Amino acid sequence: MSLTIPHVITDAHVVAKRNIIKIKRVPDLLVFTTLSPIMFVLLFSFVFGGAIDQEGGGAAYREFLIAGIFAQTVIFGATITGAGLAEDVKKGIIDRFRSLPMAPSAVLTGRTLSDVVNNIIVLIVMSLTGLLVGWRIRSTPLEALAGFALLLVFAYAISWIMAWIGMLVPSPEVVNNASFIVIFPITFVANTFVPLATLPEPLRTFAEWNPVSSVTQAARELFGNIPPGAPATTSDAWSLQNPAAYTLIWTVLILAVFIPVANAQYRVSTSR
Amino acid sequence: MTDAISAQGLVKRYGKVTALDGVDLTVPTGTVLALLGPNGAGKTTVVRILATLLRPDEGQAEVAGMDVLADPAGVRRKIGLSGQYAAVDEYLTGFENLDMIGRLYHLGRRASRERSRELLAQFRLEDAADRPARTYSGGMRRRLDLAGALVADPPVLFLDEPTTGLDPRGRTEMWEVIQTLVSRGTTLLLTTQYLEEADLLADKIVVIDHGRIIAQGTSDELKSQVGGERLEITVTDTNRLTEARDLLEPLGIGRATLDHQHRTLLVPVSGGASVLTEALRRLDSVDLRLDDVGLRRPTLDDVFLILTGHAAAESDDVPSGAPQQEVAR
Repeated sequence: MSLTIPHVITDAHVVAKRNIIKIKRVPDLLVFTTLSPIMFVLLFSFVFGGAIDQEGGGAAYREFLIAGIFAQTVIFGATITGAGLAEDVKKGIIDRFRSLPMAPSAVLTGRTLSDVVNNIIVLIVMSLTGLLVGWRIRSTPLEALAGFALLLVFAYAISWIMAWIGMLVPSPEVVNNASFIVIFPITFVANTFVPLATLPEPLRTFAEWNPVSSVTQAARELFGNIPPGAPATTSDAWSLQNPAAYTLIWTVLILAVFIPVANAQYRVSTSR
Repeated sequence: MTDAISAQGLVKRYGKVTALDGVDLTVPTGTVLALLGPNGAGKTTVVRILATLLRPDEGQAEVAGMDVLADPAGVRRKIGLSGQYAAVDEYLTGFENLDMIGRLYHLGRRASRERSRELLAQFRLEDAADRPARTYSGGMRRRLDLAGALVADPPVLFLDEPTTGLDPRGRTEMWEVIQTLVSRGTTLLLTTQYLEEADLLADKIVVIDHGRIIAQGTSDELKSQVGGERLEITVTDTNRLTEARDLLEPLGIGRATLDHQHRTLLVPVSGGASVLTEALRRLDSVDLRLDDVGLRRPTLDDVFLILTGHAAAESDDVPSGAPQQEVAR
């Protein structure tokens, strides 16, 4: 009897279920992952909002900001994948998994899938906060749903990078710090918090082709948050003219590279 | 009788450090082998190789008739592993932990649930079954971890230091559980630092130190390697200890050792009970009073000390192998 495709799926489901139970049992984890984005929404809206959008008193900036914060938060949410895996290695849970006749890939697949659930919860909380500070969805429900789905799919791809990092470095703390160093600049040198036009030249080009910008741009468009002639649409870069397509290309590329790489690293790291 | 576990020439190196330096062992089906050695001797490395968690640099091994290197997936279906630290998920309940493992053994939803409840009952965890494992005591976690290894009722079981870090009560409970398992025919490879544990549970003991097997055999065989019996007496009056030695040393086969502090005298002897009778007669004739007398066989602690030159559980401040004083990791 060899491992069959259904086993790959059911095993991943079992592992994902285990991680989701953990979200339920350790609510502090979810509280902290949602609290910081709520804080971001409020701080950016009311501290920077007035300076950036002087005529509107910040209302237009808040509308602009929300999709950016969504993007940053779901990407940070993906780091849970790496930290969670590193913790499982440390606690010997991975050894237990490896001594079982389960599909080896289910460990990482289950982890990345449960982190999507985590991100969905976070997105709901943030959307409610956004609505409170005046953000509105001005498109159709279907388009809005597509916007959320795109954010989640992109974050799912990032999860696999984090899974790789989680298997590469030894402790959950290191994973957190390492991913922070990478993710913070990537989510800031983008159109997440400021219009691209305000960036100086080398940064601006980077930001234009940064997939974080395209996923943010796509979400803004799908939520109907871009008024005609807004500064964010002035970029001529293909990536921002076709943000959804560009984001999906990145998503597929990341998955194509990091699913095998992370699984290979899983086999190497855990058999030492 | 076939061998449930057999390994030849296992070598594992970590950079310049040789963790295992050519280990051969066999465990006949239905028997218990204890791998005995101090921390860092290579016990866990052997278990990890046999349980397919680690590839050896050299050598080969078969578990339950399947090659560990060629068919690791096949081996995994036949084994249960319980590690040095309890690999239970502390956020899941006891039941959820076992059910998850059952599902990953592909027992099916219903069979997995039934088996989980059955094991929880067997390991006296019923009352705690629906509480997160982080509320469990150390002994309960260890039992849950062992239950996890038994979910699929594997014919071959690996237990890596099953009682390390447990208090004496937890240890006794664990021993009872293991003895029950073994009585039902499970083949067991157990690692331990505790001589007492190996003595109690194992059919055969392999002593390992610095990645090499330095002795093996039954508990009795190992003890006789170290030498035969000793006559041990404790006198009531320490001033008469040398007098006792002069009387008894001629009965022995080697030099007697004195311990004034504990008022004891040890004489290596052969001949068993007749020597004891003669010794008592001689002491009685001079009216030399005793607190204790007996024929002592060497303990496994003595075996270990003699074979390796150091005590079994080496530690800076705990010179003897007293289990209660050892630190888990």
